[in-house]
Amino acid sequence: MSRDNGTTTSNVGASGGKGLAGLPLEEVRSAALERAAALGCSHAEVRIERIRSQFVALRDGHVETTVDDTEIGVGLHVVRDGSFGFAATVELNAQSAARLADEAEGLAKATSAAMSRRVDLAEEPAHGEVTWSSPYEIDPTTVSMADKVALLEDWTGRLMVAEGVDHVAARVLAVVEDKHYADLSGTITTQRRVRIYPVVEAVAVDEASGSFESMRTIAPPVGRGWEYTAGEGWDWDTELATIPSLLAEKVASPSVEPGTYDLVIDPSNLWLTIHESVGHATELDRALGYEAAYAGTSFATFDKLGTLRYGSPVMHVVGDRTTPHGLASVGYDDEGVAAQSFDIVRDGVLVGYQLDRRMAAENGFARSNGCAFADSPLHVPIQRMANVSLQPAPGPGPGPTTDDLVSGVDRGVYVVGDKSWSIDMQRYNFQFTGQRFYGIDKGRLTGQLKDVAYQAQTTDFWGSLEAVGGRSTYVLGGAFNCGKGQPGQVAPVSHGCPSALFRAVNVLNTRAEASR
Amino acid sequence: MTSGSGERHLTSPQEVVERALAASVAEGCVVIVEEVSQAEVRFANNTTTTNGVRRDRRVAVVSFRAAGSDGSAGFARLAVGIASASGEVEVTDLVRASEAEAAAAPPADDAAPLIDPDGSVGSVGALGSAGAAGAFDEPPVPTSPAALGGVITGLGDAFGRARSAGNRLAGFATHGVETVYLGTSTGVRLRHVQPAGTMELVARSADGTRSVWSGAGTSSFDDIDVAGFEARLDQRLAWARGTIELPPGRYEVLLPPDATADLMVAMSQSMSGRDAEEGRSPFSSPGGGTKVGDILCPLPFELRGDPGEPGLESSPFLVTTASGTDVSVFDNGLAVGPTAWMQGGRLRRLQYHRAGAARSGVEPSPPVGNLILSLPGATSSLDDMIASTERGLLLTCLWYIREVDPVTMLLTGLTRDGVYLIEHGEVVGAVNNFRFNESPIDVLARTTEAGSATRALSREWGEWMNRTAMPPLRVADFNMSSVSPAT
Repeated sequence: MSRDNGTTTSNVGASGGKGLAGLPLEEVRSAALERAAALGCSHAEVRIERIRSQFVALRDGHVETTVDDTEIGVGLHVVRDGSFGFAATVELNAQSAARLADEAEGLAKATSAAMSRRVDLAEEPAHGEVTWSSPYEIDPTTVSMADKVALLEDWTGRLMVAEGVDHVAARVLAVVEDKHYADLSGTITTQRRVRIYPVVEAVAVDEASGSFESMRTIAPPVGRGWEYTAGEGWDWDTELATIPSLLAEKVASPSVEPGTYDLVIDPSNLWLTIHESVGHATELDRALGYEAAYAGTSFATFDKLGTLRYGSPVMHVVGDRTTPHGLASVGYDDEGVAAQSFDIVRDGVLVGYQLDRRMAAENGFARSNGCAFADSPLHVPIQRMANVSLQPAPGPGPGPTTDDLVSGVDRGVYVVGDKSWSIDMQRYNFQFTGQRFYGIDKGRLTGQLKDVAYQAQTTDFWGSLEAVGGRSTYVLGGAFNCGKGQPGQVAPVSHGCPSALFRAVNVLNTRAEASR
Repeated sequence: MTSGSGERHLTSPQEVVERALAASVAEGCVVIVEEVSQAEVRFANNTTTTNGVRRDRRVAVVSFRAAGSDGSAGFARLAVGIASASGEVEVTDLVRASEAEAAAAPPADDAAPLIDPDGSVGSVGALGSAGAAGAFDEPPVPTSPAALGGVITGLGDAFGRARSAGNRLAGFATHGVETVYLGTSTGVRLRHVQPAGTMELVARSADGTRSVWSGAGTSSFDDIDVAGFEARLDQRLAWARGTIELPPGRYEVLLPPDATADLMVAMSQSMSGRDAEEGRSPFSSPGGGTKVGDILCPLPFELRGDPGEPGLESSPFLVTTASGTDVSVFDNGLAVGPTAWMQGGRLRRLQYHRAGAARSGVEPSPPVGNLILSLPGATSSLDDMIASTERGLLLTCLWYIREVDPVTMLLTGLTRDGVYLIEHGEVVGAVNNFRFNESPIDVLARTTEAGSATRALSREWGEWMNRTAMPPLRVADFNMSSVSPAT
């Protein structure tokens, strides 16, 4: 496998784990699509998937949880007379696939009376029969559970011996997602995505007071294989070595004085703020009200495209499904649309949305930008997030370092690592905490603070963005578990960003918030 | 699984269980087959959007093998291997995979003797049709779009009425049935049928300045009346014609049962006995130990789960495909009975699996599939409590709830789809939304009045815990930390 980028290959499913080998792909897809066409469906797309998920969790060095799961199934999405239907099953044979078409078409008919707007899909050229794989070296599902346990035992052991560490939790989640897609236009894709997320957390307990603190690794989940745990893309040895002292400093640190502070936010924290306040806010289905019952809508309504002052002029945000090692990177999305890269916020102004084919057609876009995804063969594809990333400082030079940003702050806080997050249903009001917070006094870090949360309104916050760091500060963060839709679906997504400086942000003391 | 034409192609779940157990060469084996049938309709902007039907089958095999070179010793040396897959699985492959994992695993920390059919489950054959040990041979129960009752057929008219009134409807109606088969090498054969459904409806004014929600959990949709939902929403939209801007601060609030469920379900997820004993829980006692036995709130609340609770029936035995801090695969088949987590305002028990309970000298407390908060003797309705409010805020539901500080169980989140000002016993208008920072434990401690418990649907957690009954609560000094302009 190439390690440089997402690649078009011919060996998808042949490397490492079982992939789609042995599944009756052609038989099932043909039966489903032919029956859908015979029923008069104007559009039909079928996905056959095998998703292998492995999870191991250790608590204080003892195995607490193991999961080794393989999900296999087929889902069929049809449009008939402008009405939508979806059916899915775990039965993989031609007869069941044809029956899916009957069920999906039947549901489309049954709900058509309640439909007041026809479903149209933006045009997408047929891509023929193509394959794609995310870049990885070692399929993590080929690594034995015993080896996974051994790695986590080793990491746990390094922390448990440290003074002040009372408990250690260590876990790793690895997923290999093999997906075969075909539609009536003639696109047939076969893709593999590999991702992994190891986490270690140390806990210090003050039994006398009934209080406790924790410190977690900030290594992000990535679209890589098992090689990630050996240091490919992250320096685990260094990070694990620093956890005990960071935790000890946090335990001994003073509680923050609430008030207004300048914030320098590390990429390990800022990725989540981007996710919540930019990523979700610029999903066009939300902005148009299609998530009003659950995930919510957006302040960034469609009428503001091209005019909304989202942030300061240094704010440049890109949506991208091609980022190497990005969790939302694909070759083709779940509607057969080729992966793309597109601007969302440029010079601080809203200039784009994330689209699927339905949203694109409904609102006059010539083409979807490829953001359809379903987390399971049994779930319908909906518009999901691309890798939405804040760009580092432009220009030929290296750009500001994190120290450069800190040096420009008289009274502030440097925020590292994500922890608690929450944002309202139109993506205005948010509150975040972190793994650790350092005071800044006259341009210098002064040591950790605790009980910190920052709270802001989205456009105020991004409007206060004074400077972004250079390429050297840029890190790709992300999550495996972005939730959206009903029934609920989870999607993996990455967000790259540099360190960044925000002026005059409201900081809370979380103990004071709780006291009464 | 039954198809539209009644055909079945998958091997029967009972046969999967028996084949797997027969193929097992481990010291012990548990096989779980979960059959899921689901139908749903989703809508927004006065039109249907993503509608679907699905059939799923998940098979999990848990193998228990003696760990260590001697290959002997009792259950305490058993190691666990688990493999699961969906669809028409190769049963023998799954068994071998789980055995291979068990062979390479260290002894399990949660090891306990496997449940015996004559043991903890009690008189297995006497379980009712829902518990259904006697019905192990029965097929899975399907659902279909028809189970959604009049929802689909009623939506077209509802959309028309909303358009005429200048509003937009969005929502989701889903009905599913999960039929679980559990077999163990010790002879347990159990089956449980769990129907579950939810109906949620949001009405927004066309300009987006007013938004209201109503939701309900249900088993059968027989009790879902779309017109009733519309009437509740119409009342709330009418309340919202007058708007009042209020600043952040501490307010007396009335939490409707749905909002109470948002907080209590969150609290129930922190009731780990082991975490509390280790000093890393809001239920840890300063100086060591847990707060079991301590009074948490002045009102004598009872927080409990009961698989037999009428209308909220859930599995009377434990089924789990993975171990966790307080749940163990060794406990599959363990009887789940009425469990009081709080009684008389006092913390009565925390969650433990059998191995953890034995170590701590307490009774095992497996999770229960429902949650009920009640105040003995309380009879007031939410309307009664509104009428007796001098000045306060009436909430609808809470949203995007996340833990901020695990020491105090401080949660943050938003009010959503309806905050109303009550003055002199009447709703006088809609208020802006707020971000709150509150601990559910403190909320109970500051509750000055509770009404009678009714079935409730947590907006935040209802997808996985929709069997709750909660009272409306009157809470003093609820911390609205900042204003949210969202509607």
